[in-house]
Amino acid sequence: MTEPAEQEQHRYGRAVFLATVAGGLTSLVWGKSVWGRVSSALGPAEALVPLVPSGGWRIYTVSGSMPRFDPATWRLSIGGLVEQPVSLDYEQLRSLPHTEQVSTFHCVTGWTVKDVRWGGVRIADVLAQAHPSPEAHALQFVSMEQPYVDYLTTDQAALKDVMLAYEMDGKPLPREHGAPLRLIIPEMYGYKNVKWLAGINLVPSEQLGYWEQLGYDQDAWVGHSNGY
Amino acid sequence: MDTERTYVRRFSRTERTLHWVNAAGFFVLLGSGLVLYLPSLAIAIGRRPLIKDIHFWAGIGWVTALALVVLLGNRRSLLRTARELDRYDADDRLWLTGGGRAPQGRFNAGQKLNAALTAAFTILFLVSGLLLWLGERDTRFRFASTVVLHDGLMYVSLILLVGHLYLALIHPATRHALRGMTVGTVDAEWAHAHHRKWEPE
Repeated sequence: MTEPAEQEQHRYGRAVFLATVAGGLTSLVWGKSVWGRVSSALGPAEALVPLVPSGGWRIYTVSGSMPRFDPATWRLSIGGLVEQPVSLDYEQLRSLPHTEQVSTFHCVTGWTVKDVRWGGVRIADVLAQAHPSPEAHALQFVSMEQPYVDYLTTDQAALKDVMLAYEMDGKPLPREHGAPLRLIIPEMYGYKNVKWLAGINLVPSEQLGYWEQLGYDQDAWVGHSNGY
Repeated sequence: MDTERTYVRRFSRTERTLHWVNAAGFFVLLGSGLVLYLPSLAIAIGRRPLIKDIHFWAGIGWVTALALVVLLGNRRSLLRTARELDRYDADDRLWLTGGGRAPQGRFNAGQKLNAALTAAFTILFLVSGLLLWLGERDTRFRFASTVVLHDGLMYVSLILLVGHLYLALIHPATRHALRGMTVGTVDAEWAHAHHRKWEPE
């Protein structure tokens, strides 16, 4: 043992502090890509011991309580600029032609969930029940979670992987993911993928949806909107 | 058998206040943050707008309270502590590289490292948290990696916290140190055994 005065002292404390702050701040640039590489490198192991809870999903709601699906009372109403407004119950919805797809879900806040298996129906098959009028150029998606609404143009809604999902990863859509029915448009950020759908209204043009009123982009293309 | 224990002062009132303000803020933020982060809690508790407000204002309150303790407290004792935490000598390096018996000052090298990381994390939690809040209001503050940073800090802090709680509450050799952070003093014999180079006032 040497006396403290005889030992050379190094100011490692502030070096560790400054290096950690600097590393953390620069991670705003490299964090997501490095994390993406780590989690795909761990791919198979992650299936056994998940690194992050619920496969990376976060559950965002805008109101005080999460809507609850009651099969006895739930209806999907198709209205607005249509020849024949219709109201489908859960069984009628499920009797429409079934479709499945695997797509990646991107949230505007930066998280991504890869390869989600959705099952449900194409929007065209649902709209056909109501015969939309030619003056309709946009669709309003109304959530059971009030006051959440959002809009797509009819062209956007006609993209081939846009769907209304009532299944996720082979099971009925869970409550937190929008049970019984949600919109899926993988090309756009999650806030366009309206959960807890209760109605679709055909309208002449788009209005501002819930997040758009708070400054988010109307056309929420992944990687090309909202400041990215 | 020695019945007359003598105690030596390890932490000033300001240092203890800073520690407990930091701890209280951290637990409120951890609890409210987990409700926002974990789907199972988000489902069970809901009320996301309220929890978001609690989390945001707890964060503001946390750093404000820390700043107030520094401003209004005994800054000389804090500065002296900061100096001690900053400086590592050959024994500290030996301690960190596995020479667990190397004599230590008032803080051992692990405590110094934990303090530097905790201070840096406070800055990073604050910056990333403000960016999440601002980013929801203005695209100029929106970065794809902000959530990765904020969540990553939470995971690493949680690991540090579990280690800290184990050493402070459970580990027989170190748990005596807890009274240094509650009443301010520790047993002189314990101090001599664990922090031999420390010369209490």
